[in-house]
Amino acid sequence: MEEIRNYTMNFGPQHPAAHGVLRLVLEMDGETVVRADPHIGLLHRGTEKLAESKPYNQSIGYMDRLDYVSMMCNEHAYVRAIENLLGVEVPERAQWIRTMFDEITRILNHLMWIGSNALDLGAMAVFLYAFREREELMDCYEAVSGARMHATYYRPGGVYRDLPAQMPKYKESRWHKGNDLKRFNQWREGSMLDYLESFCADFPGKVDEYEELLTGNRIWKQRTVDIGVVPPDLARAWGMTGPMLRGSGIAWDLRKKQPYAKYAEVDFDIPVGVNGDCYDRYLVRVEEMRQSNRIIQQCVAWLKANPGPVIVQNYKVAPPKREEMKEDMEALIHHFKLFTEGYCVPAGETYAAVEAPKGEFGCYLISDGANKPFRCKLRAPGFAHLSSMDTVVRGHMLADVVAMIGTYDVVFGEIDR
Amino acid sequence: MIDSMRDTLFGYGDTGIVVWTVLKILAIAVPVIIAVAMFVYWERKVIGWMHVRMGPNQIGPLGLLQAFADVFKLLFKEVILPANSNKVLYYLAPMIALVPAFAAWSVIPFDAGLVLANVNVGLLLLLAMTSLGVYGIILAGWASNSRYAMLGAMRAAAQTVSYEIAMGFALVSVMIMTGSLNLTDIVLAQQGSKGFFDWYWLPLLPMFVIYFISGVAETNRAPFDVAEGESEIVAGFHVEYSGSAFAIFFLAEYANMILIAFLASVLFMGGWLSPLQGWINADVPWVDWLWKGGWQWTFIKAFMFSFFYLWFRASFPRYRYDQIMRLGWKVFIPITIVWVVAAACMKYYGIVTIGA
Repeated sequence: MEEIRNYTMNFGPQHPAAHGVLRLVLEMDGETVVRADPHIGLLHRGTEKLAESKPYNQSIGYMDRLDYVSMMCNEHAYVRAIENLLGVEVPERAQWIRTMFDEITRILNHLMWIGSNALDLGAMAVFLYAFREREELMDCYEAVSGARMHATYYRPGGVYRDLPAQMPKYKESRWHKGNDLKRFNQWREGSMLDYLESFCADFPGKVDEYEELLTGNRIWKQRTVDIGVVPPDLARAWGMTGPMLRGSGIAWDLRKKQPYAKYAEVDFDIPVGVNGDCYDRYLVRVEEMRQSNRIIQQCVAWLKANPGPVIVQNYKVAPPKREEMKEDMEALIHHFKLFTEGYCVPAGETYAAVEAPKGEFGCYLISDGANKPFRCKLRAPGFAHLSSMDTVVRGHMLADVVAMIGTYDVVFGEIDR
Repeated sequence: MIDSMRDTLFGYGDTGIVVWTVLKILAIAVPVIIAVAMFVYWERKVIGWMHVRMGPNQIGPLGLLQAFADVFKLLFKEVILPANSNKVLYYLAPMIALVPAFAAWSVIPFDAGLVLANVNVGLLLLLAMTSLGVYGIILAGWASNSRYAMLGAMRAAAQTVSYEIAMGFALVSVMIMTGSLNLTDIVLAQQGSKGFFDWYWLPLLPMFVIYFISGVAETNRAPFDVAEGESEIVAGFHVEYSGSAFAIFFLAEYANMILIAFLASVLFMGGWLSPLQGWINADVPWVDWLWKGGWQWTFIKAFMFSFFYLWFRASFPRYRYDQIMRLGWKVFIPITIVWVVAAACMKYYGIVTIGA
């Protein structure tokens, strides 16, 4: 009799559930996965090397493009590393703004995750519901920076500019008119903070809506409970962070353990899972959305009450005001120097990490005293998570691999860098 | 007019009978094809509304021509033959999927006497035809020489065979109740004076639910669409098909869906009978079908069932392959076996009577 051989399947890189360009070589015994071999590098753009070849500020935009669904968190790690080396003090209002936008980013990321994970498991509706709310938050990105995703809003020493006093409105068009237009612009009458206030009041109800479709759904539970169990010791050994680690019951969160920005001053809870399966990680992320909503509410309240500068007044690091440049020779020179040569950073090395939505996103920066980094190493949480793929999915079925990719929340921008 | 046309044709002898039969077949097949096109449009529209988006709204008034635009796009596309695939089987598979999907329509009664072939073994023919369709899927998966297609074919085969059994038992219970395999007799057996309580959905409630769920599984639709689950095996058995060959698979799948919807209404929901039967007996022209029954009711009921297909698709996550098997073998089949016995007892002790 002929020997029965395992079936090798090429899952991706062109696959609807590969979340970008994951190439997974699966060795299958029927429907059961015997070995999973993730291949990476298809989206490698050499971000770390590029950062070494240009002045510090010019690399901020590259950070947006790493994990392209949690843009500002990546920027935050990078600008914090630069600030550590420069030793500049960030104005308080800028820190509150950063805290707020980090949390907006977390909701953006988790909305993307809940939608795509549900879509991977066949539930279409959640995807479109999540995108409806994502759109509202992306409008905030657009209002502060002009870009819906790749904002480049955080700068060493603060943020690029203060929050807009007027939230941009929809204009009348063929598609938006009459009562529709009124409904769209209902939240947009006041400032961006007013807009966010309305959003935060509305958002928990929307999360209930997603939970209605998934949390109690028998099929959803059959597809996620006890699938891809990551025991706590394994999670630690593989260097997991973020919801992957918290889903396994370890309450580790940089926002609590090593508070940065204004996290020490806001009130929030860290949800943890029990079994470390896909369902627990789902619950953890859903709860994180609610907690982020709470943090945003507190930030909005503080920011409404306390106006002030949002970037340091040190013209060696931050550009002077446009009006000053028209009058003041000194300011013009500063502006010119800053946007051509940049600034020199004292020699030294530092590691700055933030709790990005996917886990610990870190930036290890070495400076030799020049105007560009000597070495910039980025620690992407997804990379550590993906490396555990083989261990976790062995013995599961093909459909569970899809569930697992979804729960890892992989984004190839950060994994391939 | 129709009668005189028939008589004229029958006057030509055997040739006339063949022409008459072909005309009758066309009178069913063409509306089915158009119904499939409009059902695709309706599906996209309904799922769009459920997803807070518009659905097709650009081509023609309200996007109504979208379905035809899709058809013409597919017909003009090249049919690509994958390398090292079996050419004959690759082209044959869509036909094998399509023929039974249409042949099954021959025994569906739309109204009293409005049926292409009023055969005595209609139910048996339906079972045979709905199970033949899976050969097209298996052949397509095998002939494509693709691993995704192969997996899809294996899943489809296992799933269809498993759910056939539960579905078969559900039909057996209807058969026990009626004592006939003729679909017109089955509908007439649901006549009575108690309105829609005379229909079989009430005594055979578990069977009715299982029949429809099995029908969804049988046609490989969400949440049982593992055979083509796009996030696992991309498009499953028809991943390599394009152009008109793909269009034929599509046509067969949707024709089967509408067929299952019609069957559910004929077998369990009284076909063309009115839910108000026996309660109102007034004679009012044009609207008395509302309580006296008519083909309109068959279509209304079938429309309702086909809407469920879309509703499921818009809201449910997909089952895993082994969970589908578990549901079929360990849940549905035991329940149906028990209820077949229960149905036999109900019939024997006269709890349920047939006919008016």
